[in-house]
Amino acid sequence: MMMQAYLIQSINLFASALLLLSFAMLSQRRILTLIHLFTLQGAALVAATVVVAYVTDQHHLYYSAAITLVTKVFVIPLLLHRLIDRLNIKWDVETLINIPTTMLIGILLVVFAFNLALPIVKLSSSIAHSTLGIALACVLLSFMMMITRAKAVPQVIGFLSMENGLFFAATAATYGMPMVVEFGIAFDVLVGVFILGVFMFQIREQFDSLDIRHLEKLKDD
Amino acid sequence: MSWSGLFSQLLEIAVALLLAPLLTGWVNQCRAWLQNKSAPSLMLQYRMLRKLFHKESVVAEHASPLFRAAPYIVFGCMALASGIIPTLSTDLPLSPAADAIALVGLFAFARVFISLAAMDIGTAFGTMGARREMLIGFLAEPALLMVLFSASLITQSTSLTGIVETLAHGKFTIYPSMAFAGVAFTLVSLAENARVPVDNPSTHLELTMIHEALILEYSGRHLALIEWAGSLKMFAYSCIGLALFFPWGMAEVDAPGATILALPVLVFKLAIGGALLALIETVSAKMRIFRVPEFLATAFMLAVIGMLVHFLPGA
Repeated sequence: MMMQAYLIQSINLFASALLLLSFAMLSQRRILTLIHLFTLQGAALVAATVVVAYVTDQHHLYYSAAITLVTKVFVIPLLLHRLIDRLNIKWDVETLINIPTTMLIGILLVVFAFNLALPIVKLSSSIAHSTLGIALACVLLSFMMMITRAKAVPQVIGFLSMENGLFFAATAATYGMPMVVEFGIAFDVLVGVFILGVFMFQIREQFDSLDIRHLEKLKDD
Repeated sequence: MSWSGLFSQLLEIAVALLLAPLLTGWVNQCRAWLQNKSAPSLMLQYRMLRKLFHKESVVAEHASPLFRAAPYIVFGCMALASGIIPTLSTDLPLSPAADAIALVGLFAFARVFISLAAMDIGTAFGTMGARREMLIGFLAEPALLMVLFSASLITQSTSLTGIVETLAHGKFTIYPSMAFAGVAFTLVSLAENARVPVDNPSTHLELTMIHEALILEYSGRHLALIEWAGSLKMFAYSCIGLALFFPWGMAEVDAPGATILALPVLVFKLAIGGALLALIETVSAKMRIFRVPEFLATAFMLAVIGMLVHFLPGA
Protein backbone atom coordinates (compact mmCIF):
# COMPACT_ATOMS: atom_id res chain seq x y z
CA MET A 1 0.00 0.00 0.00
CA MET A 2 2.89 2.29 0.91
CA MET A 3 4.55 1.42 -2.41
CA GLN A 4 1.32 2.27 -4.24
CA ALA A 5 1.23 5.73 -2.65
CA TYR A 6 4.83 6.46 -3.67
CA LEU A 7 4.14 5.31 -7.22
CA ILE A 8 1.14 7.62 -7.50
CA GLN A 9 3.27 10.46 -6.14
CA SER A 10 5.95 9.66 -8.69
CA ILE A 11 3.34 9.98 -11.48
CA ASN A 12 2.71 13.50 -10.22
CA LEU A 13 6.45 14.09 -10.16
CA PHE A 14 6.89 12.95 -13.78
CA ALA A 15 3.91 15.08 -14.77
CA SER A 16 5.58 18.07 -13.14
CA ALA A 17 8.80 17.26 -14.99
CA LEU A 18 6.78 17.32 -18.22
CA LEU A 19 5.47 20.79 -17.39
CA LEU A 20 8.93 21.95 -16.32
CA LEU A 21 10.37 20.82 -19.65
CA SER A 22 7.56 22.56 -21.54
CA PHE A 23 8.57 25.80 -19.85
CA ALA A 24 12.25 25.15 -20.49
CA MET A 25 11.43 24.72 -24.18
CA LEU A 26 9.42 27.92 -24.17
CA SER A 27 12.39 29.86 -22.83
CA GLN A 28 15.06 28.17 -24.96
CA ARG A 29 16.76 30.07 -27.76
CA ARG A 30 18.99 27.37 -29.22
CA ILE A 31 17.52 24.80 -31.55
CA LEU A 32 19.95 22.05 -30.53
CA THR A 33 19.04 22.41 -26.84
CA LEU A 34 15.39 22.52 -27.87
CA ILE A 35 15.74 19.08 -29.43
CA HIS A 36 17.50 17.74 -26.31
CA LEU A 37 14.68 19.09 -24.16
CA PHE A 38 12.12 17.50 -26.46
CA THR A 39 13.90 14.15 -26.10
CA LEU A 40 13.87 14.52 -22.32
CA GLN A 41 10.18 15.36 -22.39
CA GLY A 42 9.53 12.19 -24.35
CA ALA A 43 11.50 10.22 -21.75
CA ALA A 44 9.48 11.76 -18.89
CA LEU A 45 6.30 10.84 -20.76
CA VAL A 46 7.47 7.24 -21.16
CA ALA A 47 8.33 7.03 -17.45
CA ALA A 48 4.94 8.43 -16.41
CA THR A 49 3.10 6.03 -18.74
CA VAL A 50 5.05 3.01 -17.47
CA VAL A 51 4.26 3.91 -13.86
CA VAL A 52 0.55 4.35 -14.66
CA ALA A 53 0.62 1.00 -16.48
CA TYR A 54 2.28 -0.71 -13.53
CA VAL A 55 -0.03 0.77 -10.89
CA THR A 56 -3.27 0.09 -12.77
CA ASP A 57 -2.14 -3.18 -14.37
CA GLN A 58 -3.18 -1.99 -17.83
CA HIS A 59 -1.00 -3.96 -20.23
CA HIS A 60 -1.81 -1.99 -23.34
CA LEU A 61 -0.20 1.07 -21.72
CA TYR A 62 3.14 -0.76 -21.79
CA TYR A 63 2.82 -1.05 -25.56
CA SER A 64 1.96 2.60 -25.96
CA ALA A 65 4.91 3.51 -23.73
CA ALA A 66 7.12 1.40 -25.98
CA ILE A 67 5.79 3.14 -29.10
CA THR A 68 6.43 6.52 -27.47
CA LEU A 69 9.94 5.45 -26.52
CA VAL A 70 10.80 4.39 -30.04
CA THR A 71 9.22 7.33 -31.85
CA LYS A 72 9.61 10.30 -29.51
CA VAL A 73 12.87 9.43 -27.77
CA PHE A 74 14.82 7.79 -30.60
CA VAL A 75 13.46 8.21 -34.12
CA ILE A 76 12.06 11.75 -34.16
CA PRO A 77 14.98 13.41 -32.29
CA LEU A 78 17.34 11.58 -34.67
CA LEU A 79 15.40 12.91 -37.66
CA LEU A 80 15.43 16.40 -36.19
CA HIS A 81 19.18 16.23 -35.57
CA ARG A 82 19.77 15.19 -39.16
CA LEU A 83 17.42 17.90 -40.34
CA ILE A 84 19.23 20.72 -38.55
CA ASP A 85 22.56 19.28 -39.70
CA ARG A 86 21.41 19.36 -43.31
CA LEU A 87 19.83 22.78 -42.98
CA ASN A 88 22.90 23.93 -41.04
CA ILE A 89 20.99 25.74 -38.31
CA LYS A 90 21.90 25.30 -34.66
CA TRP A 91 21.66 28.61 -32.93
CA ASP A 92 19.27 31.16 -34.18
CA VAL A 93 15.78 31.14 -32.81
CA GLU A 94 14.03 34.41 -33.09
CA THR A 95 11.04 34.88 -30.83
CA LEU A 96 8.26 37.27 -31.71
CA ILE A 97 7.62 38.30 -28.09
CA ASN A 98 10.52 38.63 -25.64
CA ILE A 99 11.07 35.69 -23.36
CA PRO A 100 10.09 37.12 -19.92
CA THR A 101 6.73 38.20 -21.39
CA THR A 102 6.28 34.74 -22.88
CA MET A 103 6.92 33.30 -19.43
CA LEU A 104 4.32 35.53 -17.79
CA ILE A 105 1.73 34.58 -20.41
CA GLY A 106 2.80 30.98 -19.74
CA ILE A 107 1.89 31.32 -16.06
CA LEU A 108 -1.55 32.66 -17.01
CA LEU A 109 -2.02 29.71 -19.36
CA VAL A 110 -1.14 27.29 -16.57
CA VAL A 111 -3.67 28.90 -14.22
CA PHE A 112 -6.27 28.75 -16.99
CA ALA A 113 -5.51 25.10 -17.75
CA PHE A 114 -5.66 24.07 -14.09
CA ASN A 115 -9.05 25.73 -13.68
CA LEU A 116 -10.29 24.26 -16.94
CA ALA A 117 -9.33 20.79 -15.79
CA LEU A 118 -11.11 21.05 -12.43
CA PRO A 119 -14.63 19.91 -13.51
CA ILE A 120 -13.19 17.16 -15.75
CA VAL A 121 -11.04 15.88 -12.91
CA LYS A 122 -14.12 15.49 -10.72
CA LEU A 123 -15.71 13.18 -13.31
CA SER A 124 -12.66 11.02 -13.87
CA SER A 125 -11.88 8.06 -11.65
CA SER A 126 -8.39 7.41 -12.99
CA ILE A 127 -5.56 7.38 -10.46
CA ALA A 128 -3.66 9.97 -12.45
CA HIS A 129 -6.66 12.28 -12.82
CA SER A 130 -5.03 15.09 -10.84
CA THR A 131 -2.37 15.46 -13.55
CA LEU A 132 -4.94 16.28 -16.24
CA GLY A 133 -4.45 19.98 -15.52
CA ILE A 134 -0.74 19.60 -16.12
CA ALA A 135 -1.36 17.79 -19.40
CA LEU A 136 -3.69 20.56 -20.60
CA ALA A 137 -1.13 23.17 -19.55
CA CYS A 138 1.53 21.35 -21.60
CA VAL A 139 -0.74 21.41 -24.66
CA LEU A 140 -1.45 25.14 -24.27
CA LEU A 141 2.23 25.98 -23.67
CA SER A 142 3.23 24.10 -26.82
CA PHE A 143 0.53 26.00 -28.70
CA MET A 144 2.05 29.21 -27.46
CA MET A 145 5.51 28.06 -28.46
CA MET A 146 4.24 27.52 -31.99
CA ILE A 147 2.69 30.99 -32.00
CA THR A 148 5.70 32.88 -30.61
CA ARG A 149 8.38 31.32 -32.82
CA ALA A 150 9.09 32.76 -36.24
CA LYS A 151 11.23 29.91 -37.57
CA ALA A 152 9.97 26.63 -38.93
CA VAL A 153 12.00 24.09 -36.92
CA PRO A 154 10.94 25.33 -33.44
CA GLN A 155 7.36 25.33 -34.67
CA VAL A 156 7.64 21.69 -35.62
CA ILE A 157 9.13 20.91 -32.20
CA GLY A 158 6.24 22.80 -30.61
CA PHE A 159 3.82 20.68 -32.60
CA LEU A 160 5.51 17.47 -31.47
CA SER A 161 5.58 18.64 -27.88
CA MET A 162 1.86 19.36 -28.11
CA GLU A 163 1.36 15.78 -29.17
CA ASN A 164 3.26 14.73 -26.02
CA GLY A 165 0.83 16.78 -23.94
CA LEU A 166 -2.21 15.26 -25.66
CA PHE A 167 -0.87 11.76 -25.19
CA PHE A 168 -0.31 12.43 -21.50
CA ALA A 169 -3.81 13.89 -21.17
CA ALA A 170 -5.25 10.69 -22.63
CA THR A 171 -3.21 8.56 -20.22
CA ALA A 172 -4.13 10.71 -17.25
CA ALA A 173 -7.87 10.90 -17.90
CA THR A 174 -8.79 7.52 -19.36
CA TYR A 175 -5.70 5.27 -19.25
CA GLY A 176 -4.84 5.92 -22.87
CA MET A 177 -6.60 5.63 -26.17
CA PRO A 178 -7.38 2.36 -27.99
CA MET A 179 -4.32 0.70 -29.50
CA VAL A 180 -5.38 1.30 -33.10
CA VAL A 181 -5.74 5.03 -32.47
CA GLU A 182 -2.36 5.19 -30.78
CA PHE A 183 -0.65 3.39 -33.63
CA GLY A 184 -2.35 5.74 -36.04
CA ILE A 185 -1.22 8.84 -34.16
CA ALA A 186 2.36 7.57 -33.82
CA PHE A 187 2.62 7.01 -37.57
CA ASP A 188 0.88 10.28 -38.32
CA VAL A 189 3.43 12.15 -36.23
CA LEU A 190 6.30 10.32 -37.85
CA VAL A 191 5.00 11.00 -41.35
CA GLY A 192 4.26 14.57 -40.29
CA VAL A 193 7.91 15.10 -39.36
CA PHE A 194 9.02 13.71 -42.73
CA ILE A 195 6.64 15.95 -44.64
CA LEU A 196 7.50 19.02 -42.61
CA GLY A 197 11.19 18.27 -43.16
CA VAL A 198 10.72 18.26 -46.91
CA PHE A 199 8.54 21.33 -46.57
CA MET A 200 11.34 23.17 -44.75
CA PHE A 201 13.79 22.48 -47.58
CA GLN A 202 11.21 23.88 -49.99
CA ILE A 203 10.71 27.00 -47.88
CA ARG A 204 14.42 27.59 -47.75
CA GLU A 205 14.88 27.07 -51.43
CA GLN A 206 12.14 29.59 -52.15
CA PHE A 207 13.07 32.32 -49.67
CA ASP A 208 16.67 31.60 -48.54
CA SER A 209 15.41 31.60 -44.95
CA LEU A 210 13.31 29.45 -42.65
CA ASP A 211 11.35 32.43 -41.37
CA ILE A 212 7.76 31.49 -42.06
CA ARG A 213 6.70 35.13 -42.20
CA HIS A 214 7.99 35.05 -45.77
CA LEU A 215 5.11 32.75 -46.64
CA GLU A 216 2.81 35.76 -46.59
CA LYS A 217 4.43 36.95 -49.81
CA LEU A 218 2.88 34.01 -51.61
CA LYS A 219 -0.51 35.71 -51.49
CA ASP A 220 0.56 38.32 -54.02
CA ASP A 221 1.29 35.80 -56.76
CA MET B 1 14.84 28.28 26.58
CA SER B 2 16.60 25.09 27.53
CA TRP B 3 20.32 24.52 27.94
CA SER B 4 20.38 22.03 25.10
CA GLY B 5 18.69 24.62 22.88
CA LEU B 6 21.31 27.21 23.80
CA PHE B 7 24.06 24.68 23.18
CA SER B 8 22.81 23.75 19.72
CA GLN B 9 22.30 27.41 18.85
CA LEU B 10 25.85 28.37 19.81
CA LEU B 11 27.29 25.28 18.16
CA GLU B 12 25.41 26.11 14.98
CA ILE B 13 26.70 29.68 14.77
CA ALA B 14 30.24 28.53 15.54
CA VAL B 15 30.03 25.82 12.89
CA ALA B 16 28.71 28.32 10.35
CA LEU B 17 31.49 30.82 11.07
CA LEU B 18 34.19 28.16 10.89
CA LEU B 19 32.90 26.06 8.01
CA ALA B 20 31.88 28.91 5.67
CA PRO B 21 35.43 29.71 4.43
CA LEU B 22 36.07 25.97 4.11
CA LEU B 23 33.00 25.62 1.85
CA THR B 24 34.24 28.45 -0.36
CA GLY B 25 37.67 26.83 -0.47
CA TRP B 26 36.14 23.47 -1.36
CA VAL B 27 34.10 24.96 -4.22
CA ASN B 28 37.22 26.70 -5.56
CA GLN B 29 39.20 23.47 -5.28
CA CYS B 30 36.55 21.41 -7.09
CA ARG B 31 36.30 24.03 -9.80
CA ALA B 32 40.06 24.02 -10.30
CA TRP B 33 40.04 20.20 -10.60
CA LEU B 34 37.23 20.28 -13.13
CA GLN B 35 39.04 22.90 -15.17
CA ASN B 36 42.33 20.95 -15.12
CA LYS B 37 44.11 23.54 -13.05
CA SER B 38 46.23 22.86 -9.99
CA ALA B 39 43.88 23.40 -7.09
CA PRO B 40 44.43 25.98 -4.35
CA SER B 41 44.71 24.72 -0.77
CA LEU B 42 41.49 24.19 1.19
CA MET B 43 42.91 26.45 3.86
CA LEU B 44 43.53 29.32 1.47
CA GLN B 45 40.43 31.23 2.57
CA TYR B 46 41.47 31.07 6.24
CA ARG B 47 44.98 32.26 5.39
CA MET B 48 43.56 35.09 3.35
CA LEU B 49 41.28 36.14 6.19
CA ARG B 50 44.19 36.07 8.66
CA LYS B 51 46.34 38.09 6.31
CA LEU B 52 43.63 40.69 5.78
CA PHE B 53 42.87 41.00 9.50
CA HIS B 54 46.53 41.78 10.14
CA LYS B 55 46.71 44.44 7.48
CA GLU B 56 45.97 48.07 7.99
CA SER B 57 42.68 49.14 6.46
CA VAL B 58 42.87 52.15 4.24
CA VAL B 59 39.74 54.27 3.92
CA ALA B 60 39.16 56.88 1.24
CA GLU B 61 39.38 60.52 2.28
CA HIS B 62 35.75 61.35 1.66
CA ALA B 63 34.30 58.22 3.14
CA SER B 64 31.35 58.72 5.51
CA PRO B 65 30.83 56.71 8.72
CA LEU B 66 28.45 54.53 6.71
CA PHE B 67 31.38 53.22 4.70
CA ARG B 68 33.14 52.11 7.88
CA ALA B 69 29.99 50.63 9.45
CA ALA B 70 28.81 48.66 6.40
CA PRO B 71 31.20 45.67 6.75
CA TYR B 72 30.13 45.14 10.36
CA ILE B 73 26.43 45.40 9.45
CA VAL B 74 26.80 42.98 6.54
CA PHE B 75 28.78 40.51 8.61
CA GLY B 76 26.27 40.80 11.47
CA CYS B 77 23.34 40.12 9.10
CA MET B 78 25.00 37.03 7.65
CA ALA B 79 26.00 35.68 11.09
CA LEU B 80 22.42 36.19 12.33
CA ALA B 81 21.04 34.52 9.20
CA SER B 82 23.23 31.48 9.76
CA GLY B 83 21.92 31.36 13.34
CA ILE B 84 18.30 31.32 12.15
CA ILE B 85 18.62 28.70 9.44
CA PRO B 86 18.46 25.20 10.92
CA THR B 87 21.61 23.32 9.96
CA LEU B 88 22.27 20.89 12.80
CA SER B 89 19.18 20.97 14.96
CA THR B 90 15.67 22.39 14.86
CA ASP B 91 15.83 23.34 18.52
CA LEU B 92 17.00 26.92 18.05
CA PRO B 93 16.15 29.68 20.55
CA LEU B 94 16.83 32.28 17.84
CA SER B 95 14.42 30.85 15.32
CA PRO B 96 11.26 32.60 16.65
CA ALA B 97 13.14 35.87 16.07
CA ALA B 98 12.77 35.61 12.32
CA ASP B 99 10.77 33.44 9.96
CA ALA B 100 11.50 32.76 6.28
CA ILE B 101 10.17 36.17 5.19
CA ALA B 102 12.28 38.06 7.73
CA LEU B 103 15.28 36.03 6.59
CA VAL B 104 14.84 37.31 3.03
CA GLY B 105 14.54 40.79 4.57
CA LEU B 106 17.80 40.24 6.41
CA PHE B 107 19.60 39.43 3.17
CA ALA B 108 18.03 42.50 1.56
CA PHE B 109 19.17 44.66 4.48
CA ALA B 110 22.77 43.56 4.00
CA ARG B 111 22.47 44.19 0.27
CA VAL B 112 21.19 47.74 0.78
CA PHE B 113 24.11 48.60 3.07
CA ILE B 114 26.80 47.14 0.86
CA SER B 115 25.35 48.99 -2.14
CA LEU B 116 25.15 52.29 -0.22
CA ALA B 117 28.74 51.86 0.93
CA ALA B 118 29.81 51.18 -2.66
CA MET B 119 28.19 54.42 -3.81
CA ASP B 120 29.48 56.33 -0.79
CA ILE B 121 32.99 56.82 -2.17
CA GLY B 122 31.67 58.09 -5.45
CA THR B 123 33.78 56.02 -7.84
CA ALA B 124 32.25 54.96 -11.12
CA PHE B 125 32.89 51.25 -10.51
CA GLY B 126 31.26 51.23 -7.09
CA THR B 127 28.14 52.95 -8.40
CA MET B 128 27.90 50.68 -11.41
CA GLY B 129 28.32 47.61 -9.21
CA ALA B 130 25.69 48.88 -6.78
CA ARG B 131 23.19 49.41 -9.57
CA ARG B 132 23.77 45.96 -10.98
CA GLU B 133 23.55 44.42 -7.52
CA MET B 134 20.19 46.10 -6.95
CA LEU B 135 18.97 44.97 -10.37
CA ILE B 136 19.77 41.37 -9.53
CA GLY B 137 18.51 41.70 -5.98
CA PHE B 138 15.08 43.00 -6.81
CA LEU B 139 14.54 40.19 -9.29
CA ALA B 140 15.95 37.45 -7.08
CA GLU B 141 14.10 38.28 -3.87
CA PRO B 142 10.54 37.62 -5.08
CA ALA B 143 11.71 34.33 -6.57
CA LEU B 144 13.33 33.33 -3.27
CA LEU B 145 10.16 34.30 -1.39
CA MET B 146 8.06 32.17 -3.73
CA VAL B 147 10.37 29.19 -3.18
CA LEU B 148 10.01 29.58 0.58
CA PHE B 149 6.23 29.97 0.20
CA SER B 150 6.01 26.70 -1.73
CA ALA B 151 7.59 24.99 1.27
CA SER B 152 5.34 26.95 3.63
CA LEU B 153 2.21 25.83 1.79
CA ILE B 154 3.17 22.20 2.31
CA THR B 155 4.09 22.57 5.95
CA GLN B 156 1.61 25.30 6.98
CA SER B 157 4.33 27.35 8.62
CA THR B 158 6.67 30.15 7.62
CA SER B 159 9.13 29.36 10.37
CA LEU B 160 12.17 27.59 8.94
CA THR B 161 12.44 25.23 11.89
CA GLY B 162 8.75 24.38 11.52
CA ILE B 163 9.25 23.66 7.81
CA VAL B 164 12.23 21.40 8.49
CA GLU B 165 10.48 19.54 11.31
CA THR B 166 7.50 18.75 9.11
CA LEU B 167 9.57 17.80 6.05
CA ALA B 168 12.25 15.78 7.81
CA HIS B 169 10.32 14.02 10.54
CA GLY B 170 6.88 13.66 8.96
CA LYS B 171 5.92 10.83 6.63
CA PHE B 172 8.10 10.76 3.52
CA THR B 173 6.17 12.14 0.54
CA ILE B 174 7.23 13.21 -2.94
CA TYR B 175 6.06 16.77 -3.49
CA PRO B 176 5.97 17.78 -7.17
CA SER B 177 5.82 21.43 -6.13
CA MET B 178 9.19 21.06 -4.41
CA ALA B 179 10.72 19.87 -7.69
CA PHE B 180 9.84 23.22 -9.25
CA ALA B 181 10.93 25.09 -6.14
CA GLY B 182 14.26 23.23 -6.18
CA VAL B 183 15.10 24.29 -9.72
CA ALA B 184 14.02 27.86 -8.96
CA PHE B 185 16.08 27.91 -5.77
CA THR B 186 19.18 26.74 -7.63
CA LEU B 187 18.82 29.59 -10.12
CA VAL B 188 18.22 32.16 -7.38
CA SER B 189 21.15 31.07 -5.27
CA LEU B 190 23.50 31.18 -8.27
CA ALA B 191 22.44 34.78 -8.86
CA GLU B 192 22.50 35.82 -5.22
CA ASN B 193 25.94 34.40 -4.50
CA ALA B 194 27.54 35.96 -7.58
CA ARG B 195 28.31 32.59 -9.18
CA VAL B 196 29.10 31.98 -12.82
CA PRO B 197 26.05 32.31 -15.05
CA VAL B 198 25.37 35.72 -13.48
CA ASP B 199 28.68 36.97 -12.10
CA ASN B 200 32.19 35.58 -12.05
CA PRO B 201 33.57 35.41 -8.50
CA SER B 202 37.17 35.11 -9.63
CA THR B 203 37.44 38.05 -11.97
CA HIS B 204 38.39 41.66 -11.66
CA LEU B 205 37.60 42.32 -15.28
CA GLU B 206 35.96 45.67 -14.95
CA LEU B 207 33.01 45.40 -17.30
CA THR B 208 31.69 42.07 -16.12
CA MET B 209 32.06 42.18 -12.37
CA ILE B 210 29.23 42.87 -9.97
CA HIS B 211 30.15 41.68 -6.52
CA GLU B 212 33.83 42.58 -6.86
CA ALA B 213 32.96 46.09 -8.03
CA LEU B 214 31.04 46.70 -4.81
CA ILE B 215 33.95 45.91 -2.54
CA LEU B 216 36.73 47.42 -4.62
CA GLU B 217 37.38 50.24 -2.14
CA TYR B 218 37.64 48.05 0.95
CA SER B 219 40.89 46.83 2.41
CA GLY B 220 42.30 45.26 5.56
CA ARG B 221 39.88 44.07 8.22
CA HIS B 222 36.91 45.60 6.39
CA LEU B 223 37.64 43.49 3.35
CA ALA B 224 38.20 40.45 5.56
CA LEU B 225 34.77 40.91 7.15
CA ILE B 226 33.12 41.31 3.75
CA GLU B 227 34.85 38.26 2.31
CA TRP B 228 33.88 36.26 5.37
CA ALA B 229 30.30 37.54 5.07
CA GLY B 230 30.32 36.43 1.42
CA SER B 231 31.35 32.93 2.45
CA LEU B 232 28.72 32.96 5.19
CA LYS B 233 26.08 33.97 2.66
CA MET B 234 26.97 31.05 0.43
CA PHE B 235 26.94 28.77 3.46
CA ALA B 236 23.55 30.15 4.51
CA TYR B 237 22.06 29.65 1.05
CA SER B 238 23.43 26.11 0.84
CA CYS B 239 21.89 25.40 4.23
CA ILE B 240 18.50 26.81 3.20
CA GLY B 241 18.67 24.52 0.18
CA LEU B 242 19.58 21.51 2.31
CA ALA B 243 16.92 22.38 4.90
CA LEU B 244 14.16 22.64 2.29
CA PHE B 245 15.06 19.84 -0.08
CA PHE B 246 17.28 17.40 1.86
CA PRO B 247 16.40 17.91 5.52
CA TRP B 248 17.18 14.37 6.65
CA GLY B 249 19.73 13.83 9.38
CA MET B 250 18.95 16.93 11.37
CA ALA B 251 18.44 16.66 15.14
CA GLU B 252 15.00 17.09 16.69
CA VAL B 253 13.91 19.12 19.68
CA ASP B 254 13.98 16.25 22.13
CA ALA B 255 17.25 14.70 20.99
CA PRO B 256 20.13 16.88 22.19
CA GLY B 257 22.89 14.33 21.56
CA ALA B 258 21.89 14.07 17.92
CA THR B 259 23.13 17.62 17.28
CA ILE B 260 26.71 16.35 17.38
CA LEU B 261 25.84 13.46 15.08
CA ALA B 262 24.20 15.84 12.63
CA LEU B 263 27.52 17.59 12.01
CA PRO B 264 29.19 14.91 9.83
CA VAL B 265 25.92 14.56 7.89
CA LEU B 266 25.90 18.30 7.24
CA VAL B 267 29.54 18.30 6.15
CA PHE B 268 28.83 15.39 3.80
CA LYS B 269 25.81 17.13 2.27
CA LEU B 270 27.70 20.42 1.89
CA ALA B 271 30.63 18.65 0.23
CA ILE B 272 28.32 17.16 -2.39
CA GLY B 273 26.48 20.46 -2.83
CA GLY B 274 29.75 22.34 -3.26
CA ALA B 275 31.00 19.88 -5.87
CA LEU B 276 27.70 20.26 -7.78
CA LEU B 277 28.04 24.05 -7.64
CA ALA B 278 31.55 23.78 -9.07
CA LEU B 279 30.18 21.53 -11.81
CA ILE B 280 27.43 24.04 -12.70
CA GLU B 281 30.00 26.82 -12.78
CA THR B 282 32.28 24.83 -15.05
CA VAL B 283 29.72 23.79 -17.63
CA SER B 284 27.96 27.13 -17.98
CA ALA B 285 29.20 30.36 -19.46
CA LYS B 286 28.68 33.78 -17.99
CA MET B 287 25.61 35.56 -19.34
CA ARG B 288 25.32 39.07 -20.59
CA ILE B 289 23.96 41.29 -17.86
CA PHE B 290 20.81 41.93 -19.89
CA ARG B 291 20.07 38.22 -19.97
CA VAL B 292 19.99 38.11 -16.16
CA PRO B 293 16.41 39.42 -15.86
CA GLU B 294 15.37 36.58 -18.16
CA PHE B 295 17.25 34.05 -16.02
CA LEU B 296 15.63 35.31 -12.83
CA ALA B 297 12.21 35.65 -14.45
CA THR B 298 12.50 31.94 -15.20
CA ALA B 299 13.30 31.28 -11.55
CA PHE B 300 10.34 33.35 -10.38
CA MET B 301 8.02 31.68 -12.82
CA LEU B 302 9.11 28.18 -11.84
CA ALA B 303 8.55 29.00 -8.17
CA VAL B 304 5.05 30.32 -8.97
CA ILE B 305 4.25 27.20 -11.00
CA GLY B 306 5.44 25.16 -8.03
CA MET B 307 2.88 26.88 -5.85
CA LEU B 308 0.18 26.35 -8.49
CA VAL B 309 1.02 22.65 -8.73
CA HIS B 310 0.55 22.42 -4.98
CA PHE B 311 -3.07 23.49 -5.44
CA LEU B 312 -3.77 20.81 -8.05
CA PRO B 313 -6.57 18.62 -6.73
CA GLY B 314 -5.18 15.43 -5.29
CA ALA B 315 -1.57 16.17 -6.20
